Amino acid sequence: MLSRRELFKGMAMAAAAAAQQVFPGVLFATTAVPPSANGLSWKKAPCRFCGTGCGLLIGVDNGRAVAVKGDPASSVNRGLCCVKGYHSVMALYGKDRLTHALVRRNGQMVKVPMQEALDLVASKLKETIQQSGKDSVSIYGSGQWTIPDGYAASKLFKGGIGTNNVEANARLCMSSAVTGFMTSFGLDEPMGCYDDIDHADVFVLWGNNMAEMHPVLFSRMLERRVTNPNIKIIDLATRWTRTSMAADRSILFRPQSDLAVANAICHELIRNGWTNSAFIQNHVSFHEGKINIGYGTQDKFAFTDEAKSTSLAEFKKRLEEYTPEKVEQISGVPAKDIRYLASLYGDPAKKCVSFWCMGMNQHSRGTWIQNNVYNIHLLTGKISTPGNSPFSLTGQPSACGTVREVGTLTNRLPHGETTNEKDRQMAAEIWGVPVANIPVKPTYHTVEMFRALDRGDIKFMWIQVTNPMVTMPKLKRYRDGMKKDGRFVVVSDVYPTPTTDIADVILPSAFWIEREGIFGNSERRTQQWDQLVDPPGEAMSDTWQLIEVARRMGHGKLFPWSRETHVKEIWNEYRRFHHGPAHEMATYEALRSNPGVQWPCPNGKETKWRYHAKWDPAAKGKSWDFYGKPDRKAWIWFRPYEPAAESPDKEYPFWLNTGRVVEHWHTGSLTRRIPILHQAVPNGYVEVNPNDAKRMGIRNGDRVKLTSRRGALTLPAMIDGRGRPPEGMVFVPFFDESLLINELTLDAFCPISKQPDYKKCAVKVERA
Amino acid sequence: MPIKSYLAYPVPGHAETVTQALAAFEGCDVFPALNQDVLILVTDTPDEPAESWLEEQLALVPELQCLALVSGLNPELVQINPTLEHSC
Ligand code: SF4
Repeated sequence: MLSRRELFKGMAMAAAAAAQQVFPGVLFATTAVPPSANGLSWKKAPCRFCGTGCGLLIGVDNGRAVAVKGDPASSVNRGLCCVKGYHSVMALYGKDRLTHALVRRNGQMVKVPMQEALDLVASKLKETIQQSGKDSVSIYGSGQWTIPDGYAASKLFKGGIGTNNVEANARLCMSSAVTGFMTSFGLDEPMGCYDDIDHADVFVLWGNNMAEMHPVLFSRMLERRVTNPNIKIIDLATRWTRTSMAADRSILFRPQSDLAVANAICHELIRNGWTNSAFIQNHVSFHEGKINIGYGTQDKFAFTDEAKSTSLAEFKKRLEEYTPEKVEQISGVPAKDIRYLASLYGDPAKKCVSFWCMGMNQHSRGTWIQNNVYNIHLLTGKISTPGNSPFSLTGQPSACGTVREVGTLTNRLPHGETTNEKDRQMAAEIWGVPVANIPVKPTYHTVEMFRALDRGDIKFMWIQVTNPMVTMPKLKRYRDGMKKDGRFVVVSDVYPTPTTDIADVILPSAFWIEREGIFGNSERRTQQWDQLVDPPGEAMSDTWQLIEVARRMGHGKLFPWSRETHVKEIWNEYRRFHHGPAHEMATYEALRSNPGVQWPCPNGKETKWRYHAKWDPAAKGKSWDFYGKPDRKAWIWFRPYEPAAESPDKEYPFWLNTGRVVEHWHTGSLTRRIPILHQAVPNGYVEVNPNDAKRMGIRNGDRVKLTSRRGALTLPAMIDGRGRPPEGMVFVPFFDESLLINELTLDAFCPISKQPDYKKCAVKVERA
Repeated sequence: MPIKSYLAYPVPGHAETVTQALAAFEGCDVFPALNQDVLILVTDTPDEPAESWLEEQLALVPELQCLALVSGLNPELVQINPTLEHSC
């Protein structure tokens, strides 16, 4: 038996091993803590942080979560974790946990009993609907919502109240991935799975700093290379990072020009005859959409794309503008490097995985760049077989499970779209509401929802598990809007944040393992956990908060479940939406007894690769069957290069790029309460290229003032730290609530996905 | 006292010597990487003077190029470093 002290020694060692993973290529022998240790009970839960969805085992002692280890039974991480995962339970015990409800009275937040706060939320919702109509109230959730949270929110707002004012922060992180999948394949979410890592020969990372954002998957990839030295990892990015350090080749492109680089690769594949003609003939159709589609920076911007059928010949003609030499001019990527990339994708003996995340999603042509990367895989037929995968990684633990699968977006339902009559009928039948209750027309996507609140079209917003007063682009406008008279804002969270600062009611939420829950990760894997410890004070799960409010509003019939069993009952009801071989979800019993189960899972069997009859029971025939589209083909789209919404100019000569660091989860409201993580990166900073810094006389740690057309911010310089932007670019992480970089960013978005571009706007850089 | 873990970087080519030197101190566990000259050092000392003494001794190991603190875990979960706090 291990003593408690020995157990913590194991954890300390694991933390060091995990920290070392971010300096890639180093392998340690097993760091796992043995399964039985003094006085501890170990229970499974998915990690609370990123979308990788590592399986954890949580050690509980006397009602307190005290230890974490990677779950060796989880096929995602096989016992490994990153620094955030290892320290995750410490996020439960920050000193300033919200334990009681607070209500604003005469400008002051006053403690009130939870039941009184819930009464107030329900009566305010009813009053606002009575006075201003049902589209004057809204809910804004998150990819950290559990599946039951999102399901309850959608059922209450769309089925009960009758408004499509339901959005989630995943609009800011992965809606371009959704529209990319929908336009190319007709169905959302990846065709492959993490097992692709064990089969691929080439990994191309498109604007994806996996070493920091998906460290466990990155470690799996490096491990594959250690045992197979011919494996190639290519980092294709706008800034040099820890991922570049570990890659076999680091190729930098100018912001936004990935569109042109992907087209040039397609150009070379066709020119050299490196395409898979039989695959193209049988499984692909060609299309074009509108061009010069705008950036959405003005209120009530509207755009609808139109697909026009074309041909391979037409596609080839369009690509004539994208020779490697011409694209070198646009992108700065040497023509020889473009040819090298094409030769990797085009080699029939090599299996290729493309990974991406925010670089391609937070992009004013986010849908287009996804289409363009799919085009590469479709021209070569490198898709839907082990090791051949275009793979969109997710940021949040349940952006896929909750936001995409449950459909907590204005246009979505748990199955399909609000505009589709059959989908509305299905929802009405399962929810037990008249079909007329469910509105047809989508209302506001996230940016437009906050604009509507600013304009006064929306008067009530309930925010759960997210921190928009740190994350909204062009933040000042939206913060000022929320503070206006006549707006009522409810915030459910576990810690005070800049968003609770502007709330009228704060509801304390039960966090992660303080309640039973379900997440869905990046590879279609659904992961359940039981409640392991008690929430503090009057904290309550977001699901149960919604149910309590629904009952007070007279929608109790929609939520007939008991507090003890509601998660299972919600799951059983929700599963009905996805019945059938293309999306069958696992039973609750199967979820409880496994670290996770991948869907589709008809007859209890997981589907690892979709759209191929060898692995996917929904696919017809003997090979590929892209059954998401009416023509049962995957769609190649010609999408041109178009510039960013705002580019550097004389007055604002630098690109501003924003993002994350491995130690911090999003806005830092959790990880900055974990001493080790906070100490590792205690504050925000600006990365400056050493040549720019020298020219401007900036040294490490000097205060640097950044100014955009929207705001200014002064923060310490970091030169040649963990990342190095090219000359003419600065990079700032967004986790620090006291250094709000989104005061400067632009609210331009992809007109198809409506996802903002946090990676590109123009700033002036000065020594402060 | 907290249990601390460090990443230890030996002077290139001296991983073996550093491993032996560190492992000889009481309260030190050393875990070498399988493929590179990097070590994980976990220290567990009974009190503050013992911890300071150990830190001084570690600094004297000539082949040890750099020691980076990764974590300090207190078995009672007492927070040993300040964190963000935000009041409503
Ligand atoms: S990689 Fe992501 S899911 Fe895995 S332990 Fe780290 S934060 Fe958690």
